[in-house]
Amino acid sequence: MNFSQVKSVSMRDTFSETLLDVAKTDPKVYVLDGDLATSTKIDNISVQCSEKFLQMGIAEQNMLSVAAGLATVGIQPWAVTFAAFMSKRALDQIQVQIAQPKLDVKMIGGYSGLLTGLTGKSHQALEDIAIFRSLANMIVLAPADAVETAEIIKWANLYHGPVYIRLARDNYPILFDANYKFEIGKGVILNKGSDVTIISTGTATSRSLEAANILKQRNISATVLHLPTIKPIDREAIIQAASTGAIVTIEEHSIYGGLGSSVAEVLVNSIPTPVEFVGVKDRNSESANNDDLLNKYEISINHIVSAALKVLLRK
Amino acid sequence: MTNNKLLKLKATNARKNLLKVVNYAGAGHIGGPLSAIDILTTLYFHEMNVDPSDPKAPNRDRFVLSKGHSAIGLYCVLAEKGYLEYKELFTFDSIDSRLQGHPDMNALPCIEMSTGSLGQGISAAVGMALGAKLKNEDFRVYCMIGDGESQEGQVWEAAFIAEKYKLDNLVVIIDYNKLQQYGWPTIDNHRLAPNDNLEEKWTAFGWHVFRIDGHSYDEISKTLSEAKTIKGKPSIIIADTIKGKGISFMEGNYLWHSKVPSDEELATALEELNTIGGVEQ
Repeated sequence: MNFSQVKSVSMRDTFSETLLDVAKTDPKVYVLDGDLATSTKIDNISVQCSEKFLQMGIAEQNMLSVAAGLATVGIQPWAVTFAAFMSKRALDQIQVQIAQPKLDVKMIGGYSGLLTGLTGKSHQALEDIAIFRSLANMIVLAPADAVETAEIIKWANLYHGPVYIRLARDNYPILFDANYKFEIGKGVILNKGSDVTIISTGTATSRSLEAANILKQRNISATVLHLPTIKPIDREAIIQAASTGAIVTIEEHSIYGGLGSSVAEVLVNSIPTPVEFVGVKDRNSESANNDDLLNKYEISINHIVSAALKVLLRK
Repeated sequence: MTNNKLLKLKATNARKNLLKVVNYAGAGHIGGPLSAIDILTTLYFHEMNVDPSDPKAPNRDRFVLSKGHSAIGLYCVLAEKGYLEYKELFTFDSIDSRLQGHPDMNALPCIEMSTGSLGQGISAAVGMALGAKLKNEDFRVYCMIGDGESQEGQVWEAAFIAEKYKLDNLVVIIDYNKLQQYGWPTIDNHRLAPNDNLEEKWTAFGWHVFRIDGHSYDEISKTLSEAKTIKGKPSIIIADTIKGKGISFMEGNYLWHSKVPSDEELATALEELNTIGGVEQ
């Protein structure tokens, strides 16, 4: 894939346009805003489909519990806020009233990861995957681009039960063509190689593909396995991907409890394989531009390449 | 018209079962359920449109026990109403029981919302009432919260949003029993009330406020009827109650929040309740 020729599209715009369609066509769908509509882009829904837009104010705990109540009377609420607030501020509400009762509530965590538009560590979410995947009954999804985002929104609308969807703020290269069909619990091989496997989720996948291009120039052939579903994890795809004998995981998330941990859990149980984890180490981050953050917090394309070289030595 | 005789009989039966079950299970709350039972009984036997033979009827009125630690009190009233058999009460808190320590909507179908973590039930009740409005359905939503629970910020988040959406199909009842688990000790080892100025607080949040004796079936039922006439805003009923109500040595004593009565204490308590009435079980 030649990235200089790939179009970048806003994930949040696509999310909002898709959700608008879903809200317009499905009577049971309502959209709940934690007063971040101009950031998450659901202001679009407020303007174009105001009867389906419920402003819940700056009160995330109440918003998620209200969503639970709505779900019990046959409404499918889509609660939208930043991933940081969804995963931490409203966690107990989600656990007791949505995940445990397995209610049909969709939780959209916008502005996930590190690249949140100069907002700093209070607004970055580096723990949301770890948190949500530890909740029984929860489905955890992280699309890589706008095409997959739209697919995932449409899938979640048809699924009855709690779903957490991790979205990113910025524009990302389009990796999937218009015929792409999201399949729950299934990984997608985006590049086939034989020396090393890079496993990634969400928007980190575009950086994995770029890293694979760089490795190719060094005559290292890398498989790129994208896992849009973090829970339930695609065990089979991970075990097959381990046939290269060396694995790198990359995520815009803490190295604790996220994608890397999920992959390692599968591997140690089935086919123990050397793994290098690329993610934010056990430390706090800060506000800065994207490239500086990726570099300082060691999750840039170059860090993926270095991790691949390192894990190859462990084969 | 309120059938006070029936309500008193049912409430006394529920109190007796509550004490027996907590004694049998060796766990459970006492004080809060006893303060709540007269209100719960009036809701289920006088006010709400519910049918134990069809617990999921779409147009049923909803009740959410936001102060979920009073679960055993609710189960005992539900047993009186016919949702469960007396013998099932004694499975409370045991493995595979539908009667969980805190209400579990998946385990027991007549429970409308899982609660236990305080402050959450009222928001879910707001969601149900909002949902009824959105779907043009005319069921009403009732929710009981505690005065200690009202220290949770989420209660006030819910109060704010319920007023914004003018949820006049929602009635919240505060079991204002003036005690919480431990609270603020005074010099003479009494307790400061968990919450003061409740009428002013709820008025300031734009709710219609009632204040009643939470052990008077007449006042409870009359107020619940009157709440139906309040339009354009939600109603709150601040019900003055006595923690441990009905058992002299438990009344007003914070130590009976979740203390298990011994066999002797149970016998004494049941004797006291027999003088009030109720059916020997």
